[in-house]
Amino acid sequence: MPSKTVPERSRAEALATGTPAEAVLRVRDLRMNYGRTEVLKGVDLTARRGEVIALLGPNGAGKTTTIEILEGFRRRSAGEVDVLGSDPDHGDEAWRSRIGVVLQSWRDHGAWRVRDLLHHFGRFYAPYATSERPRPHDTDTLLELVGLTEHAGKRVKTLSGGQRRRLDVAIGVVGRPELLFLDEPTAGFDPKARRDFHDLVFRLADEEDTTVLLTTHDLDEAGKLADRILLLAGGRIVADGSPDRLSSLVAQDSEVTWTVDGQRHLHSTGNPARYVAELYAEHGDEVTELRVTRPSLEDVYMAMVQRYESGDAERAAAEFTKEIR
Amino acid sequence: MNADLNAVRAGLSRGWIEFLLSFRNGQELFGYLYMPILFVGMAITFDTVGLGDGEPVGAIVLSGGAAFFLVMLGVTTVCQVLANEREDGTLLRAKAVPRGLLGYTVAKSVHVATMSLTAMALIVVPGLLFVEDFGFQGWTDLVTLLWVCVLGMLALAPIGAILGSFITNPRVGLTLAMLPTIAIIMVSGLVLPFEFMPGWVQALGRTLPVYWLGLGVRSAMLPEAHAALELAGSWQLPQVAGVLAVWALGGLVVAQWVLRRMARRESGSRVQAAREEAMKRA
Repeated sequence: MPSKTVPERSRAEALATGTPAEAVLRVRDLRMNYGRTEVLKGVDLTARRGEVIALLGPNGAGKTTTIEILEGFRRRSAGEVDVLGSDPDHGDEAWRSRIGVVLQSWRDHGAWRVRDLLHHFGRFYAPYATSERPRPHDTDTLLELVGLTEHAGKRVKTLSGGQRRRLDVAIGVVGRPELLFLDEPTAGFDPKARRDFHDLVFRLADEEDTTVLLTTHDLDEAGKLADRILLLAGGRIVADGSPDRLSSLVAQDSEVTWTVDGQRHLHSTGNPARYVAELYAEHGDEVTELRVTRPSLEDVYMAMVQRYESGDAERAAAEFTKEIR
Repeated sequence: MNADLNAVRAGLSRGWIEFLLSFRNGQELFGYLYMPILFVGMAITFDTVGLGDGEPVGAIVLSGGAAFFLVMLGVTTVCQVLANEREDGTLLRAKAVPRGLLGYTVAKSVHVATMSLTAMALIVVPGLLFVEDFGFQGWTDLVTLLWVCVLGMLALAPIGAILGSFITNPRVGLTLAMLPTIAIIMVSGLVLPFEFMPGWVQALGRTLPVYWLGLGVRSAMLPEAHAALELAGSWQLPQVAGVLAVWALGGLVVAQWVLRRMARRESGSRVQAAREEAMKRA
């Protein structure tokens, strides 16, 4: 079932963001039902070579379902999906060799030594090497890249949480994937481990020209890691763009506060620059303590999630708020 | 480079690594090998106190114990390992690499085969040294035991794999899987003498692989004269090979289908759910 070509994004947009790379991932009207519950109600997305894309959304929004469908681990109910030129439901082993999946380790392979385990999984990729993409990664070089060289001889079960996660990533990329999937990669990380992890993802995306699709419910992380954020809520992609572009998508008013004659004032406006100009025209230097507050991306995120979760909205929003802060 | 061959090779070395790792974990090793040691102890004790009354009781205990162990390894252990490794995500990792499931299957076969040979060595060597009338003599018996082991494992492991693929909670499921195993052992003449069984049980037992596995093991471990005590009055080795081979072929066909179906459903969120479930129990 080869999918039809998804209409290209506008030429102007492509030019503005540089030469458009080839699309490695195309999804159109993806739907997923569990029983009578619709989890995905028509998801569209496209990813180009070398892009780092974050699929952002509150817990239960369908992020994991989406990524597992793209990985070929879950069958969709309907829609067109093209991942590296194949339908993931019918992806063969050669297709599998071009994809990396970072799984969350738990207690599997606990008795294995780190180096042995990485080497073992690497071996499966050797027949799929091409001249431009030698496979697999050299085990020791990769251990170095993820910072596990000094732990190479350790048993997996003796690793710390962060080290284990880096091993998960190493196993996910050992076959030099063209497309890498990461589901909630930094859940449970401390800030330092998180920063190290972000550096690692950047290096992989830059050095290997790997397209990365990750899911997160953490807006801050999405903003730091991704070239593009796809916001998933209510079973649909409700926003798609760079972090900056996302902010501008929501026509939320800026707040202007100022003091004149010892009296504080507050005004909401969609055009704060003009409003400030008018203020100065009227009051001149009497305007003091002027502040313009634009909604942060976080406010935007919250607003969007709330807007798109009508129905069960109140509970979802409340729980979501709790989780964010 | 042929991708299937490459995955088989990776699986072979994975199986060998897992076999060696089994010896690092005392608990796991005990789980694998306590049974042979137990039977050897019983055989030597019975022999020493002269329980046999002229019968080679030590050798009889050893041959029954060896067959019993092979059944438990092939069915129960395979079932348990598969259920555990499905729960902890080992299987999912295999699925995420190209031809990983082929490598995984090969590795499991190597692990079970090497473990069964280790256990047989643990039974045969003390048997030769300490058990009177132990019928294991020369290369013929060694060759017989080897092929009976391999064919027996091939016939039984698919059954264990099929059972394991239906188990969602390893702790509860395993107990359930024990019941049919014990029942089959009972009707196959490994624990209770076959000739005491009613005719219909004998008929049932002779359709199952376990009876034939036991016969093959006895032919290697009991004195030649004991063949006369078997139902047919001989070891029936060609039939042993034939029945085990039929079960192995049938099992492999069904197991492949069942395993593929099971593996298709594995995903990160299923492993995550199993993990949360296990945390709740812990």
